Amino acid sequence: MAGFDKVVNSYEEAMAGLTDNMTVIAGGFGLCGIAENLIAEIKRKGTKGLTLVSNNCGVDDFGLGVLLPNRQIKKIVASYVGENAEFERQMMAGELEVELTPQGTLAEKMRAGGAGIPAFFTATGVGTPVAEGKEERTFNGRDYILEEAIVGDFAIVKAWKADRYGNLIFRKTARNFNPMAATAGKVTVVEVEEIVEVGELDPDQIHTPGIYVNRVIQGSFEKRIEQRTTRPADQQDDQKAKGE
Amino acid sequence: MALSREQIAQRVAQELKDGYYVNLGIGIPTLVANYVPNDIEVMLQSENGLLGMGQFPTEDEIDADLINAGKQTVTMANGASIFDSAESFAMIRGGHVDLTVLGAFEVDVNGNIASYMIPGKLIKGMGGAMDLVAGADNIIVTMTHASKHGVSKLLNNCSLPLTGKGCIKKVLTDLAFIEIKGGKFHLLERAPGVSVEEIIKLTEGELVVTGEIPEMKL
Repeated sequence: MAGFDKVVNSYEEAMAGLTDNMTVIAGGFGLCGIAENLIAEIKRKGTKGLTLVSNNCGVDDFGLGVLLPNRQIKKIVASYVGENAEFERQMMAGELEVELTPQGTLAEKMRAGGAGIPAFFTATGVGTPVAEGKEERTFNGRDYILEEAIVGDFAIVKAWKADRYGNLIFRKTARNFNPMAATAGKVTVVEVEEIVEVGELDPDQIHTPGIYVNRVIQGSFEKRIEQRTTRPADQQDDQKAKGE
Repeated sequence: MALSREQIAQRVAQELKDGYYVNLGIGIPTLVANYVPNDIEVMLQSENGLLGMGQFPTEDEIDADLINAGKQTVTMANGASIFDSAESFAMIRGGHVDLTVLGAFEVDVNGNIASYMIPGKLIKGMGGAMDLVAGADNIIVTMTHASKHGVSKLLNNCSLPLTGKGCIKKVLTDLAFIEIKGGKFHLLERAPGVSVEEIIKLTEGELVVTGEIPEMKL
């Protein structure tokens, strides 16, 4: 009896059912909080014609960028891209369709998709290229555009801890788009650093309830850093960012 | 003398008020954090999901799970909070951030801003900039007044694709502090040693100059 037990033991099982031309929603901000090994599994499977919905598209050899060389991505919906050369080449050559979407609108599209809201009005993008072809309405004297929600065939999510029921806790800014992505997949697959027994997570501290989650797998992560910025150790008390 | 990047940041920092929640964009705006006056408290919002951004970590403190919107490793300030991206933009769109500082390629007399795309050249995307300019009431744009070739970036009409329409009221360039109202630029302050004439020459859009224009105090 599996009951609510969402744990799977292989990446093959984790991404089973993903087929060509599906839409995949991915959590992560840059390389922070990305489902590294689920992405690697999509590369291994060679699934093609994918529409990816993700804030960014990784770098040349890491993150979602690894799906570029074999032309697995047909279209990407993202707010900020082009941290890699192959992406730029495919975009310029018209091999890759790119739908630039404001970051907050992208987050809300996922949130709405998972929450059964088909569309919403936002002031973001009014009077810009983003507004082209979209319905415009005025509320209380201000203009808004209608943005449609996004639902994915799959969502790939990275969390810190899960219990076997798929209740999730994220860690620091690796949370980012992951909770919304988790709600917006028809099949939501979560890769975590640690799986604990049911009852070990404090219900008050759970960020994403297991109802949104279909599969959980424990992985090990490289956690590559994009911009390694530091201060010298002896300047500890010397800073002003109200950071101390 | 035109202001350096650091001096632009210094002047922006004078606009900070005690208790402000502030979002600083990438580039010059980030430097503003270094000039927060000692006698006030501000909390920095990073749109990837951190309110209360701290200084850069020491080598020992580096945590791959803790970055800012520029994807740089950071730390958390005392009293920081972490949230997801939808929540982050609820704060931004909902007008809860007191001050937003961001860079731009162009602004115009109608408060339009172009900052994210140069067709055929730079197509990386808007990130959170469109949400920030649409959501904030209090925005300061930092930029150089003109290109290296002397082409003004303060225009009658932005030539590049817009990031936001009619949303910019204050611009701090390396030459001047300018307010936008009534479809015109208004000169508030000039950089030390920079004449009003120089500023007029490098401002394409109509620039209103009323009375003596004070020099910035840095």
